[in-house]
Amino acid sequence: MLNAPKIFLTIGGKHQRHAMLVLMIATLLLLPFITDVLLGRGWVRIVDFAMLYIMLALGLNIVVGYAGLLDLGYIAFFAVGAYCYALTGSPHLALAFPMLFPDGVHLSFWIVLPLAALIAGGFGVLLGAPTLGLRGDYLAIVTLGFGEIIRIFLNNLNAPINLTNGPQGISRIDPISVSGVSLNATQEIFGITFPSVHLYFYLFLAFTALVIFISQRLEKSRIGRAWMAIREDEIAASAMGINTRNLKLLAFAMGAMFGGASGALFAGFQGFVSPESFSLMESIMVLCMVVLGGMGNIAGVILGGVLLALLPEILRHSVVPLQQALFGKSIIDPESLRMLMFGGALIAVMLYRPAGLWPSRVRRRELNTDEADEKV
Amino acid sequence: MNNTAPLLQLSSIGKQFGGLTALSDVSLHIQRGEIYGLIGPNGAGKTTLFNVITGLYQPSSGKFQFDGNSYQACKPHILAQAGIARTFQNIRLFANLTALENVMIGRHLRTQAGVFGALFRNQENRNEEQASRERAHELLRYVGIDKPADTLAKHLPYGEQRRLEIARALATEPLLLALDEPAAGMNATETESLKILLQNIRSTGITVLLIEHDVKLIMGLCDRVAVLNYGKKIAEDVPEKVRNDAEVIAAYLGGSDEH
Repeated sequence: MLNAPKIFLTIGGKHQRHAMLVLMIATLLLLPFITDVLLGRGWVRIVDFAMLYIMLALGLNIVVGYAGLLDLGYIAFFAVGAYCYALTGSPHLALAFPMLFPDGVHLSFWIVLPLAALIAGGFGVLLGAPTLGLRGDYLAIVTLGFGEIIRIFLNNLNAPINLTNGPQGISRIDPISVSGVSLNATQEIFGITFPSVHLYFYLFLAFTALVIFISQRLEKSRIGRAWMAIREDEIAASAMGINTRNLKLLAFAMGAMFGGASGALFAGFQGFVSPESFSLMESIMVLCMVVLGGMGNIAGVILGGVLLALLPEILRHSVVPLQQALFGKSIIDPESLRMLMFGGALIAVMLYRPAGLWPSRVRRRELNTDEADEKV
Repeated sequence: MNNTAPLLQLSSIGKQFGGLTALSDVSLHIQRGEIYGLIGPNGAGKTTLFNVITGLYQPSSGKFQFDGNSYQACKPHILAQAGIARTFQNIRLFANLTALENVMIGRHLRTQAGVFGALFRNQENRNEEQASRERAHELLRYVGIDKPADTLAKHLPYGEQRRLEIARALATEPLLLALDEPAAGMNATETESLKILLQNIRSTGITVLLIEHDVKLIMGLCDRVAVLNYGKKIAEDVPEKVRNDAEVIAAYLGGSDEH
């Protein structure tokens, strides 16, 4: 297990690696159909959600993994993005401003998406600015508070003017459409029938690829190195001429932009948003994906995202039937079992693989040499 | 700007921490191209003065001029930009990054690429990145780090960690290189090669400010030496004269009249 990822990376020559890449892309492209046939339509939807989580986790990875700023309120940016599209892509604003928007605002998703990213980025700076002097636990507490503030606002902004519709949330959000083709209906392209969840799968796959690309480019750049310098030693970083204030704000903003964009995607996909989806538990869930998978390592974060997004669904589909078969009734409900396993998995990972399931190459080397040192 | 003017000029710098006076009325100037030593017993305020010069602390009083410009309450990165680079008494490398990355981070100041540069990686950015990398390799060789450039900083031997700090500081293209006890914990051979390195650095035109406990190193290397005791400058001269200064001897041997 320990060396599995390394073997995966070093297997064969260049040609073999290319072949692997092609194979992987082909599998990903066929994934919704394979899932559909093997597990059923519901699972394609679950995979779609998993991809949203991966995007979120990669965004948070910039803040936590690269810049080393512990953020426990990350889901707030997801909420900001989601409500951006919910408000501007639904009839809802007609309730708040009947004179201004008699039918509500119906902006195109493709206009709202960058807007949502920018607004969420603005919120990122808003959170970052007052917390510049804080690190570690202190920062975590403030960000946790920030996440709750956003959620509570969304919950209560139905009065005096009904902006967010409170706990009921906003429904009837316009579906996303790509060049005039709505993703909310089954489409026939080149004679192949694509159900809605399949179409969203491809959209999310494209966005996930983009987020991975951006993360990778940032990691191996002057900006990425400066972030890591701040993570390693902020005082030394500033003595080396790094403007720690600006770069920390940039990390918050970049992370928040990813969160905002995936929020807008979420709103379009789900067609409905409510404050319930943006609880503290979700923030912690995304953070766990980053930490469990391997902080600072893109592949690890993706792995963490896939595992943690799929785990509850797998439990939901297996625990109840299993218990019914064994005991004739359901004793433990899957939700509490999920938390139990979740906690257990975290403890196990922290004990046995403190750098995550799939740590970055550097961290891995670090662990290996530490072991070698011990043997000597 | 004329080159005979001092590179660094401190005028009656004072620093208080609450009721404790760490520095009082310290004035000194460092000429371009010299190696300037700062010595004194433990707790004399050497590192405090150092932190004032590099912007980690803000002085409570006094004026501070560097390269002809006045700096008041400046952040460390502004002073780094102005040309002051430093090392730390208790090594502060970016421990989980490689030796090469450590030095490349030193290039941050003198490079441009922002977020868009990182994303689009056009020819200009690629050239800049390549130049950074080459310069970092050069500096690693220059300070004499034999381990592969992709070794994690924390896995380098102690002496090389000290050297890596110097390489990282040199990467910022400083006018003044400030070293806080670079020979601490080194053996005689390592200290000797450090001395040669510092002389080489000086010969490239970089001014060196050195805090050191190793009096032999200071005496053999520095053009001028200042002595601090209880936050005050008690002597400043060429090493031979400082060595024979009565007040300095009293401060070091504890035979002062205050007790």
